[in-house]
Amino acid sequence: MLAYYLRLGLHSLRRNPILTALMVMAVGFGVASSMTTYAVFRAVSGNPLPDKSTQLFAPQIDVWGPDSRARGRDIPDALTYKDATALMHEHKAARQTAIYPVGFTLVPRDAAREPFAVSGYAAYADFFPMFEVPFLYGSGWNAAQDEARATVVVISSKLNQQLFGGANSVGQTVHLDDHDYQVIGVAADWNPRPRFYDVNNSSGFTDPPDFFLPFTRAIDTQTETAGNDNCFGSGGRKPGFDGWLQSECAWVSYWVELPDAAAVRAYRSYLLGYADEQRQAGRFHWPSYVTLRNLTEWMDYERVVPPETRISLVLSLGFLLVCLVNTVGLMLAKFMRRAGEIGVRRALGASRREIWLQYLAEAAIVGVSGGLAGVMLTGLGVLGVGLVFEPDIARLAHINLGLVGLTLLCSLVATLGAAFYPTWRASRVQPAWQLKSH
Amino acid sequence: MSLHPILAALRKHKAGVVLIALQIALTLAIVCNAVFIIYSRVEKVHRPTGIDESNLLLITQQWVGAPSMDTPAGVQQLDSMLRQDLDTLRRQPDVTSVTSITSLPLLNSSWVGGVAVKPGEQTPGKNDVHTAMYFGDEQMIGTLGLQIVEGRNFNASEIAHKGMRDQGEPPIVIVTQDLAKRLFPDGSAVGKVVYFDGSSTPSTIIGVVRRMQTPAVGWGDNFTWYSTLMPFRINATFSRYAVRTRPGQLDAVARTAAAALYNGNPLRVIDEDDGVKRFGDIRGDAYRADIGMAVLMGVVCLILLAVTAAGIVGLTSFWVGQRHRQIGVRRALGARKIDILHYFQLENLMIAGVGAVVGVVMAIGLNRLLMSKFEMQSLPVYYVLLGLLVVMVLGQIAVFVPARRASNVPPVVATRSV
Repeated sequence: MLAYYLRLGLHSLRRNPILTALMVMAVGFGVASSMTTYAVFRAVSGNPLPDKSTQLFAPQIDVWGPDSRARGRDIPDALTYKDATALMHEHKAARQTAIYPVGFTLVPRDAAREPFAVSGYAAYADFFPMFEVPFLYGSGWNAAQDEARATVVVISSKLNQQLFGGANSVGQTVHLDDHDYQVIGVAADWNPRPRFYDVNNSSGFTDPPDFFLPFTRAIDTQTETAGNDNCFGSGGRKPGFDGWLQSECAWVSYWVELPDAAAVRAYRSYLLGYADEQRQAGRFHWPSYVTLRNLTEWMDYERVVPPETRISLVLSLGFLLVCLVNTVGLMLAKFMRRAGEIGVRRALGASRREIWLQYLAEAAIVGVSGGLAGVMLTGLGVLGVGLVFEPDIARLAHINLGLVGLTLLCSLVATLGAAFYPTWRASRVQPAWQLKSH
Repeated sequence: MSLHPILAALRKHKAGVVLIALQIALTLAIVCNAVFIIYSRVEKVHRPTGIDESNLLLITQQWVGAPSMDTPAGVQQLDSMLRQDLDTLRRQPDVTSVTSITSLPLLNSSWVGGVAVKPGEQTPGKNDVHTAMYFGDEQMIGTLGLQIVEGRNFNASEIAHKGMRDQGEPPIVIVTQDLAKRLFPDGSAVGKVVYFDGSSTPSTIIGVVRRMQTPAVGWGDNFTWYSTLMPFRINATFSRYAVRTRPGQLDAVARTAAAALYNGNPLRVIDEDDGVKRFGDIRGDAYRADIGMAVLMGVVCLILLAVTAAGIVGLTSFWVGQRHRQIGVRRALGARKIDILHYFQLENLMIAGVGAVVGVVMAIGLNRLLMSKFEMQSLPVYYVLLGLLVVMVLGQIAVFVPARRASNVPPVVATRSV
């Protein structure tokens, strides 16, 4: 019976190609615009580490005081070097690492090759197990090597390809800014997006880092941060690198792993206790204030999803709504025009349900065609995404089977939803009236 | 023409009427907000930075094996390397002037501090003002094409140098007119003394430039025009140079500048993509998202208006078809073609009018929603009124084709039974 309804539907749609094309295109445009923005939204709002996002936390300490907030600054989204090293030293979380971005010039062993700039992060040993960094060869360094300020480095698979042709390079040396480092591990392709551990410095959607080296070692070589260095009220600090380290400049990202709610509570009160201690020591002249946000809360706090994405998502949903209202109107017109035909069918014994099903089948054809048009338009839209969003973000948005399926499903559901009222009206046609007037 | 028959007829088509009105309302709400977004983006993109943007290049380079910038000897060495670069660039053909500089407007890499008219304590006072600082030499004003409206430029003997992390306030500075007015609302700022970052060392303002935007893009909107020029060459492991070329020679200099620097001192890295940048590219990058957003909104508006017009055409055609006979009867009873045309036009005007009024409310509601969630300004009333006008006109255009077809129904239809 369904096949018969579908045939009827096709026949009826073919009878009025312009109206049909209008409906299909309206559904197609509406669905495509929402799907395109959704593809971008999904790319930027994804959870970079789903299985651990509730266990990873970023602490903040109010080192600048209420004065800074009166002048439009928020509590810093990084720690000062003093605080980061103090927290590292006391080691109160299951795992913890201080992180900061660094940039070096890499001089290849082969003198014929030009030196080039590389960027990476200085971190502690816990970084790798905490963030579940996969390794191609070797592994991360250990806590003892942190202590020893070891000259070791973990390089990315891309850098490994560039320098060593992709071979196992563990034990080889890499020359970074006048110092030799021993390769201790080669990370497999690893670039969580957004790069949650660095969203306070970057957009979070940049190319994967080239290397990681021990934080303690980077400090030893007086490596400055390649990220933000927020100094407030550190006007009278001592000169030089040490003066900077001891200042209230906030530039160290800090992450802790807290496996359960009890650990979170304990760490929160520990942080507050730490801030209290600092206040008693005369460093802060205001009530202690700390925060501890988990990974997803941190993404929100740092506004990782660009406002463009959200605005366009809201507007494209509105757009879809208009297209659907349009479809409802057109279908109503189309179906009610055939009131006479419906009257005849009803008089010949078709039940309301059958009429309803027949027109729903016709609507489903429109929905599927609209979906196909939508898939094509979404393809165009995703290609054009680079116009609207940062190239880093645009690259993330792509069409996959899931998106195609979702587009089809969305247009089918939307069209059937839109068809509900027109088909219901069609099924309520009184056969007697229709037959009388003819 | 009396409205009564139209209203009576509309009552028979409640669903269709509501749908058209709703569609017009939604379209109005979305288009108003989208156009407003377009306008605010375009306005932002078109504001001048205050520098002469043509024939300007920025070169960013990083030394290889650079000495430490935290020791006096290292800073000296870095400075001589930097001066050598300046020399090299100034000797290039078609280069008119060069300055070392820490950033440029729209570059989104900034050095921000506080400035106050009173000497500071360690913690900055509540009254000091945010300012973006540009560090460069005596050619900075000329290279950037800034206009001095009061006072004078730095001269070569007043330019000092310091390591990037070294403290130390300059004895003299140049500020923008907006910053000067903010600090000294009652008179000339030239010759007055200010204090940076809560320091107690005074800096004297020797000149005021008309306008110079900060490097910040997308943040720091409260101090967009508060820039300060500092007479320092900054010594760090990297350096930046702003280069002004002779008109028309920008591309030629952009092609050869990196090679010239490598020639003078090969121990450096100049990024192939971003190392040498035309100011036009810096501007393009800075406003990429804004322009994209405006284009996207424009496309959405056009499609939306087209879809709505198509919807009106579709539904009105249906009504015309349905009332074929009634139209014939009216024509037979003496109605002229123009009466029939007017009937459908008036009908559409009423539906669109109701839809537009609802749409105005929805437009303001949507604007409030966007304001609460995003940084958006409140929608000016004339946008809504203009939008109202646009959808009414759109309705009239869309209804014309089916209405004319209706007016062409011959009176003889009345005599036929279908």
